[in-house]
Amino acid sequence: MDGNQLGNLERLVEPDRVHRLCYSDQGIFEQEIARIFHKTWIYVGHESQVPKPGDYYTTIVGTQPMIMARGKDGKVNVLYNRCPHRGAMLCSDRSGNTGTTFKCPYHAWRFNLDGSLLKVPVVEQYEGTHFDPKNPLFSMKPAERVDSYRGFVFCALSEDVPDLKTFLGGAASAFDDMCDRAPEGEVEVVPTCFRVIQKSNWKIFLENQLDALHPSVTHESAGRAASEVEKDIEKRTGKKAPLFYHYISAFTEPFYKWDTLHTVGYQNGHCSLEGYMGLRPTDPDTLEYEAVMQKHYGKERTEQILGVNIHHMLIYPCLSVQPPLQQLRAVRPLAADRTLTEIWHFRLKGAPEAIYRRSLAYYQLVNTPSTMINADDLDNFWRCHEGLKTNGGDWVSFHRNAGQDPVQNGITRSITGMSEMPMRHMFTAWTKYMNGGSAR
Amino acid sequence: MSTQPKIQGSATEWAETLDGAPAARKGAPPLPHAKVDPALKMAIEEFLYRQAEILDDKRWDEWLGLFTEDGTYWVPVTEDQTVADGVPNIFYEDLDLMRVRAKRVSHPRAWSQKPPHRTSHVVSNVVVEKHDAKTGDLVVRSKFTMSEFRRDVTRHFAGKYRHELKKTKDGWRIRQQRVDLVNGEGPWEYVLQTWV
Repeated sequence: MDGNQLGNLERLVEPDRVHRLCYSDQGIFEQEIARIFHKTWIYVGHESQVPKPGDYYTTIVGTQPMIMARGKDGKVNVLYNRCPHRGAMLCSDRSGNTGTTFKCPYHAWRFNLDGSLLKVPVVEQYEGTHFDPKNPLFSMKPAERVDSYRGFVFCALSEDVPDLKTFLGGAASAFDDMCDRAPEGEVEVVPTCFRVIQKSNWKIFLENQLDALHPSVTHESAGRAASEVEKDIEKRTGKKAPLFYHYISAFTEPFYKWDTLHTVGYQNGHCSLEGYMGLRPTDPDTLEYEAVMQKHYGKERTEQILGVNIHHMLIYPCLSVQPPLQQLRAVRPLAADRTLTEIWHFRLKGAPEAIYRRSLAYYQLVNTPSTMINADDLDNFWRCHEGLKTNGGDWVSFHRNAGQDPVQNGITRSITGMSEMPMRHMFTAWTKYMNGGSAR
Repeated sequence: MSTQPKIQGSATEWAETLDGAPAARKGAPPLPHAKVDPALKMAIEEFLYRQAEILDDKRWDEWLGLFTEDGTYWVPVTEDQTVADGVPNIFYEDLDLMRVRAKRVSHPRAWSQKPPHRTSHVVSNVVVEKHDAKTGDLVVRSKFTMSEFRRDVTRHFAGKYRHELKKTKDGWRIRQQRVDLVNGEGPWEYVLQTWV
């Protein structure tokens, strides 16, 4: 099917099932890029990735190579990574410091850190032509909209978007929760970013993040292995095993436990999975951290902050955030069947080192290229995509608790932990975007 | 007689007026190298070949047995990393975590092991970095390539090993196996389920 047949969209998305072509069809994928990824707010990076003027970081937004750069004035700019002269890519490293200018290696055009043209060589030969250094066509093109929320930088490649805060709505709590957990109210990126390519459609990843039935099935092997070693450590040493063993052994919990979680759907397709993992242990490290928090925020506010338990928040369509463990995965679709994820974690400013180590241990177990957890997720994503390419059936089923998603004040709450509400919820936003609608 | 050209400047002038003269790039400092007896060198090489063979054969208990009780397996993100603790790594595992990994891939419902992956290591360019004649402990550098085959896809990994070996009454034990991958910083087409 090609994108021109999108008139048939209503035949592809039903309230409780979705046609496989939504995942497997390259024409639909190209329309998703045009109508979703180039039409709404997409995460670029965190301000602390570019701390000093001239620092830059490159990524892709939709299909567009972009540069996030710190200007002379301290402002974070997001620019298309392209020289306006002959089109050469300006920054070819993933990150670095470009000094006071961007420089084109082809004909030496120079640009200020906000993308404006500084000078071109042999400028006199442009006399009497349409070349005009003041015309923005001869400067690096900035993203149509750039904004940040608590240090997290987004851009939109379309003017037709509400402001970022409005777009995020209730999902802004992901960033609030992460930053509020820092005694100083801010997080700082750890500069290592792992990039993992998923051989599957980008939506399969997002759907997995809020799927509370899959962990005990997909990760049974890792859960059992960790649980055996955890018990062995406790027997051998007489002490509790390090907390991160619990992160994996928790995968062995029976179904009814997973069903005590709940999922919430916010505006624009954002949604969250809440209440998981018991991240408030009472070991000395946690108690020390809580004491530091109380010094900064007072007892009552500290309780409020630490009482939030968002396991995953999805900022549709581009981000999965895990605030209590300070992890973030940005989704960069490459093709219908290829998705790049950029995986980051953060330090809570002002928190004791032991609390960072907790975040690091989780990053190490779940998000590195040696992960024993995503090894099985990535495999499932691939299996799903392979199956959805076939004629073995046309539909993807989202029937679990379908028709039972109560909506109140624009917020949808699942009635069970394992409800497929988040998948249905994301497809509601998908349909709106794909029919030409914008974020609100 | 030459006339003054109308167009002024050169690419170098143009760049250096804005950026100043560039600093010369420094070469890497030389690496330490210890001369050892050829018989010892052969025994070390055999040890390294054997660890690679054990990995390829997936004899996990035997692999774990190669390490000292406080042994670690480390794959840093970048070559210039000098510390493993407290920073992200591609792998950084003590024996307990290594046991979790071995148990997981051996579990009948480790779904991504259907079918299991296969590997083939080649170890070469063995250089002894340090030899403590008193204890018999060693630090050894070498190079490896590893091909991995999993479900119709072959991937290639290459890089450097650095083994810190402790001499025990049962032969050498690995105190640390450091692995620097040449392609560790690129995007990962799938992950690594077992050790390199």
